[in-house]
Amino acid sequence: MYRYDEFDHRLLSQRIDQFRDQVARRLSGQLDEDAFRPLRLRNGVYLQLNAYMLRVNIPYGLLSSVQMRRLADIAERYDRGYGHFSTRQNIQFNWPRLVDIPDMLAALAEVEMHAMQSSGNCIRNITADHLAGIAADEVADPRPYCEIIRQWSTLHPEFSFLPRKFKIAVSGASRDRAAVHVHDIGIRIVRNEAGETGFHILVGGGLGRTPVIGKTLREFLPEADLLSYLEAVLRVYNRHGRRDNKYKARIKILVNDLGIEAFAALVEEEWQRLRHSALRLGRADIERMKAHFPRPDYLPPANDTSEYEALRRDDPAFGRWARNAVFSHRQPGYGIVMVSLKRSGRPTGDMRADEMRAMARLADEYGFGEIRVTHRQNLVLPDVPLHRLPSLWRELAALDLATPNHGLLSDIIACPGMDYCSLATARSIPVAQAIAERFEDLDYLHDIGDLSLNISGCINSCAHHNVANIGILGVDKRGQEVYQITLGGSSGDDASIGKRIGPALPAEKVPEAIEGIVDAFLAEREGDERFIDTYRRVGDQPFKERVYA
Amino acid sequence: MTASVITASSLALGHVVYLRLEGACCRWLSDIQAATLLKEEDLDAALARAAEAVAENEIIDPYAVAVEIRDGRIEPLSLRERIRAHGPTTGDAKIALSRSAA
Repeated sequence: MYRYDEFDHRLLSQRIDQFRDQVARRLSGQLDEDAFRPLRLRNGVYLQLNAYMLRVNIPYGLLSSVQMRRLADIAERYDRGYGHFSTRQNIQFNWPRLVDIPDMLAALAEVEMHAMQSSGNCIRNITADHLAGIAADEVADPRPYCEIIRQWSTLHPEFSFLPRKFKIAVSGASRDRAAVHVHDIGIRIVRNEAGETGFHILVGGGLGRTPVIGKTLREFLPEADLLSYLEAVLRVYNRHGRRDNKYKARIKILVNDLGIEAFAALVEEEWQRLRHSALRLGRADIERMKAHFPRPDYLPPANDTSEYEALRRDDPAFGRWARNAVFSHRQPGYGIVMVSLKRSGRPTGDMRADEMRAMARLADEYGFGEIRVTHRQNLVLPDVPLHRLPSLWRELAALDLATPNHGLLSDIIACPGMDYCSLATARSIPVAQAIAERFEDLDYLHDIGDLSLNISGCINSCAHHNVANIGILGVDKRGQEVYQITLGGSSGDDASIGKRIGPALPAEKVPEAIEGIVDAFLAEREGDERFIDTYRRVGDQPFKERVYA
Repeated sequence: MTASVITASSLALGHVVYLRLEGACCRWLSDIQAATLLKEEDLDAALARAAEAVAENEIIDPYAVAVEIRDGRIEPLSLRERIRAHGPTTGDAKIALSRSAA
């Protein structure tokens, strides 16, 4: 992973000193809340429903075991012993005290982590495919480019006061696992006919109250032009994006208002001024960054995988886990292990400090000390020798981290909702838990097959409910929590926005409604169709009939 | 019986606090049961005391919350405010809020 140099350390150190001073001046009254708010947001500090919240960046979802142990320490020392992994591959601490946050940031800096630009109207954490560098279908590892973008965007003097937040996602594989179609800028690494590496640039995707699938801005952007082109896009947005209405300030609104052709023309015009500037990436720049992400020292495949093969064949529980949670690795003899944070009775994406330490130990013992965070609020152990999977599984199972529900109905994305978030209009965690409980039967879950279910506690759609096969949006109706159900969303290559199927339901009716939807799917399914395939073939009528009968 | 309490967030610590009036003094406490119940006609004066606490950098964002007395206990009418008073309804956050002064 990227290793900080002296410049990085100095930048963080100065930033922390600056924030420490800002906190002191706020507490003494030299800064009032209006002046302080943008400063704390710029350092990832929110004031939420119950307490402050600190959002820590995990650049492109990549964590070392050292960093994970530090997150555990911070959770215990400064918070309530747990953290929450978000849909932007970040971690959130829900109970920090403002007086402690500078010390938290200092502790993070020691392990090369920070919270800069995890909030505020600036370029946020760059997210990526959680299988970067290890997926069999990869065109090129996105992480070096993510790091280049991260460094370019950090404290960028022109883009520190954008009209609104700005989110960039990068995918390096033929299959999109980074939801690039619903980001402000989505970047897909591609090769042209000459075999040259470049980027397919999407713009104007987003969720929230105006969900939009991103549009192609440029089919092929040469590698060298990545930063100059992004700069041009951001300049056009910064100049023309609305600042009069917070709900109309994202780039998707600008692209929609201008039309993609007109927007692209403005970008092109700006880009011609920048194309041959210092932003042009030389081969040496790219190779220097790639050198931070070398292939690990993989061992040759073990001669003896008999225990793994036998257990996979003879132990139903292990077999199910291996089929569901272990993915093909580009390196022979290795597997990629998905670690589900969607466990019975636990809020989705939450992890206690002791569990974080356990994950760090497992990453060291079974891999190369690396952990990935997915945008679906799960974790990945990226490099596990196949013959060690039985042992790893036993350890994960003992920690309640071996639920084989990856990609299934109970692999729910849920935002913190009104239990934590000051913006929320309804709770999401209890509804997610009730649904997961209703669908605890693993046989049933596996029979249903691939199905994404996401629950957002408000229109801001932090849980990406708009692009879930089954989306649930909690709203407030005259003081009561009610839930709208959408069907047919998808966040991958076939990205689509879900459609609402009828009137909102009270919380206690939601699990039953989901069961009705699943029953309708199983009745209509042909062959081994996925839920989304059946829905697209038959439409929403069979589902509405079950829910609103 | 319905009434109101004044709530805010502790500036330094971030947690939810409630106004308790003790003569000329006011305290900001974590326990809603310790909050001073206010009638409508008393709200402006109480919010003025809250504004002083804001100016003194003790709290932020004070506002009035409608409550009722149920079985001798103060209970906010809205779910949102019940969550602020008692903590998240689920998960690892088993709230054991300090009942001491903010």
